[in-house]
Amino acid sequence: MTTEHFPILQVVLPLLAAPVCLLIRHPRRCWWLAMTVSAATLVISVILISTVYASGPIVYHLGSWAAPWGIEYRIDRLNSLVLLIVSGIGSVVLLFAHGSLGFEVKRSRQYIFYTAWMLCLCGLLGMCATGDLFNIFVFLEISSLSMYLMIALGYEHRALNAVFSYLVMGTIGATFFLIGVGLLYALTGTLNLVDLSNRLEPIAGSPTVLTAFAFIILGIGIKAAVFPLHWWLPDAYRYAPNSATALLACTASKVAVYLIIRFVYDLFGPGFSFKSVQLTEVLLAAGVSATLLMSTVAVFQNDIKKMFAYSSVAQVGYMVIGISLASVAGVTAALLHMFNHAVIKSALFMALGTAFVRTGGFSIDQIQGMGRYMPWTMAALLVAGLSLVGVPLTAGFVSKWYLILAAIEHDYLWLAIIVVAGSLLTLAYVWRVIEAGYFKPIPNHIEQRREAGAGLLVPLWILVLANLYFGIDTSLTLGAAHGAARALLGIAQ
Amino acid sequence: MQLNKLFSAVMLFGMYSLLSAALFVSLDAVDVALTEASVGAGIATILMLGALSLTTNRQRQISWKRRLPAALVTVAIGVLLLYGLSDLPVFGDPAAPAFKHVYPRYAFESPHEIGIPNMVTSVLASYRGYDTLGEVTVIFTAAVAVATLMGHGSDTRSFSGEGMEHHLILRINAKLLLPMILLFALYVQFHGDYGPGGGFQAGVIFAAGFILYGLVFGMSTIREVAPPKIIRILCAAGLGLYLLVGLCGMLLGGNFLDYNVLAHHPVHGQHIGIMLIELGVGTTVAASMIGLFYAYAEHEHRQ
Amino acid sequence: MIDFGNIIYWVVVFLMMTGLYLVLASGNLIKKVVGLNIFQSSVFILYISLGKIAGGTAPIFAEGIERYANPLPHVLILTAIVVGVATTAVALALAVRIYAVYGSVEEADIEKQEVDAD
Repeated sequence: MTTEHFPILQVVLPLLAAPVCLLIRHPRRCWWLAMTVSAATLVISVILISTVYASGPIVYHLGSWAAPWGIEYRIDRLNSLVLLIVSGIGSVVLLFAHGSLGFEVKRSRQYIFYTAWMLCLCGLLGMCATGDLFNIFVFLEISSLSMYLMIALGYEHRALNAVFSYLVMGTIGATFFLIGVGLLYALTGTLNLVDLSNRLEPIAGSPTVLTAFAFIILGIGIKAAVFPLHWWLPDAYRYAPNSATALLACTASKVAVYLIIRFVYDLFGPGFSFKSVQLTEVLLAAGVSATLLMSTVAVFQNDIKKMFAYSSVAQVGYMVIGISLASVAGVTAALLHMFNHAVIKSALFMALGTAFVRTGGFSIDQIQGMGRYMPWTMAALLVAGLSLVGVPLTAGFVSKWYLILAAIEHDYLWLAIIVVAGSLLTLAYVWRVIEAGYFKPIPNHIEQRREAGAGLLVPLWILVLANLYFGIDTSLTLGAAHGAARALLGIAQ
Repeated sequence: MQLNKLFSAVMLFGMYSLLSAALFVSLDAVDVALTEASVGAGIATILMLGALSLTTNRQRQISWKRRLPAALVTVAIGVLLLYGLSDLPVFGDPAAPAFKHVYPRYAFESPHEIGIPNMVTSVLASYRGYDTLGEVTVIFTAAVAVATLMGHGSDTRSFSGEGMEHHLILRINAKLLLPMILLFALYVQFHGDYGPGGGFQAGVIFAAGFILYGLVFGMSTIREVAPPKIIRILCAAGLGLYLLVGLCGMLLGGNFLDYNVLAHHPVHGQHIGIMLIELGVGTTVAASMIGLFYAYAEHEHRQ
Repeated sequence: MIDFGNIIYWVVVFLMMTGLYLVLASGNLIKKVVGLNIFQSSVFILYISLGKIAGGTAPIFAEGIERYANPLPHVLILTAIVVGVATTAVALALAVRIYAVYGSVEEADIEKQEVDAD
């Protein structure tokens, strides 16, 4: 087998590992298998992205059927970046899961968690790689169902309610998406994204196209938790096992945001999205209210995991603002933030997961004085928190900086001010965590006052260091985001 | 009409589903009708009834506080959809775009290219075989999820679940019916190339036969025939078979799920490929459905 | 054959609204699942009606027949039906578990217990 099969292998390997995990049932062996497969997908992503940059988009025909008749995989600059985020962050979080799962999921059920993890990885990668509209729906459902299962494995029974709401919202979203796809098919007779995009141009004024657009964006918007379609998110994030929360926050929502970018800029095209439909105003309103309102809600949360969950909705707001600007600078900022936020939030949720090992909870009272007995974990929380705020020399600074530049490019000074205001609100809630961790006495009920094991700290610090690295050396991330944005908006390289 | 008993709501849903299957027949979608009848009116309704028996039949009145926003959202979405449907091609119009671009190849070339008359099977298993792989994965995931949520995944729990020992007529009828059901399942499985049917429908029918057996002769008998461990292995094996067929295409020099390379002649290769993947679909679906039944039964027993 | 006109699309809209309303308004988890199923089946009817061709037959090749219904929407809906029942199974399993924990499948009761627990 040569490199030509890499696009499909990346998706099929996790899929192959899932039934094997189910049969092995031994937690450690399942983890080894999952980890090997996950690392393999990461290697493939790296090869794919470098191939795309060297020789243009890769097209792979499934079943050897040519495109509009069969399903094709199409890897370009945009989705190769998302594939890299999903497989990269997914691998580090899986490394973390090995250490953290034992504290949350019964040993006899851990193999199910890994099976679900593999299915979810397969679904997410499949959604990114595919060039077929209906295929997106199928893989969306694979990732969603496996995600429901992972959340339901959470040890608190509130996880069940959280999953049920998530399932209902997710299914409504997927069905909206399906309605949109049906309408587009009725008008064009095809499901292939590239083919569709060409055939939509002459009929862009049709009410049916507008409706299809609305249903598709609404459906994916629910999955991406774009404000005000986010209300399933805080509970789902809160009650999932910690490693699943990190996966959910850093890959699943990012893939949904990717799909919004793909549909807005590629399938319907910026001409349609921003001229025929007043998408700029809609998205800007959603993004700005997410940033301000959800950050404010986060400030008043006493449960840190929920605080960071609301913060995720706010951060998706930043990406939505970037998308709404309809310019290379805006899309670059959105993609940069997608990458950086994945690195930031996974570090934060993993730090919380590490703290949980000793504190047994997520309330702000429980982490008091943690800086004294868990210095590494608390330091990780500090660095990743500052990165979330957007302090210079961290990854979070880079994306916010480019978002502000993009806003100024459009003469939206007020928008730049809102971005800064959002950061100040972020500082307010991150500060609450830091204050509790460093300046409060240790509560009495904490029995084991010592640092967590290396199995948790090593993956955590990989991501913390990544936060610093991508804050200082921006050439890789900025180059990839900028390249993808230029390709999307059809600007010659 | 306000239905206070959920039972009536579920039964109405089952009837509705059966009627929509009839509608699908009149719209020339026989495969879909067969599936809707066995899945919507069959499995989904049974699952809902099962859930009712494990929870409660009563429901509360819906408060106005909930009704109003729900109605507003619903109307808004409904108006949007009406607006969108206004520009669709006329129903049944042969000149509609849906019959122009991709369709001719499926309708007029697939009988030669793939070599089987049922175009739905051709598209399902070959042109868009990758979607079907995803579909099998979805069923697999759901089976794992339900078993985990309800059964706690143990093999050792013994069952005292009695059958209907005293219903002689029922038992004799079930014994007579069972071979027919299983035979019909096999027919639907292997005749899917020529008539409506295929792995999915066959799997559901096969599972229905098993479930009937379990209901009449008791859970312990059916668990002797098909222990949960075997069911779990079969569930994984069906998906594995599908994947292996795909990988074989790759190893023999084609792309993933390329059946042409499976034999010397492409049409022959398509035949082999479709038969194998349909077998995979049937296996996983049947095993999953039986697994769902076990999960519900086990949960009931524990309570 | 009666000319359906575009009445079938009105049926789709009606079913979609019924299902969606049931999901959003109902506080009973099982009824929500019933609503979701009705909502999804409206999409099934939409797709299948797109595949209908006037004067055509079922998409199974036979000598002397020129017009076949479009098999593609049928295939997509076969997949969607399966996905739908998979989701239904998971949702109902969750409802059963929720009932085991809270003794109710009404959202209001569950919320009340949660608030009391805090």
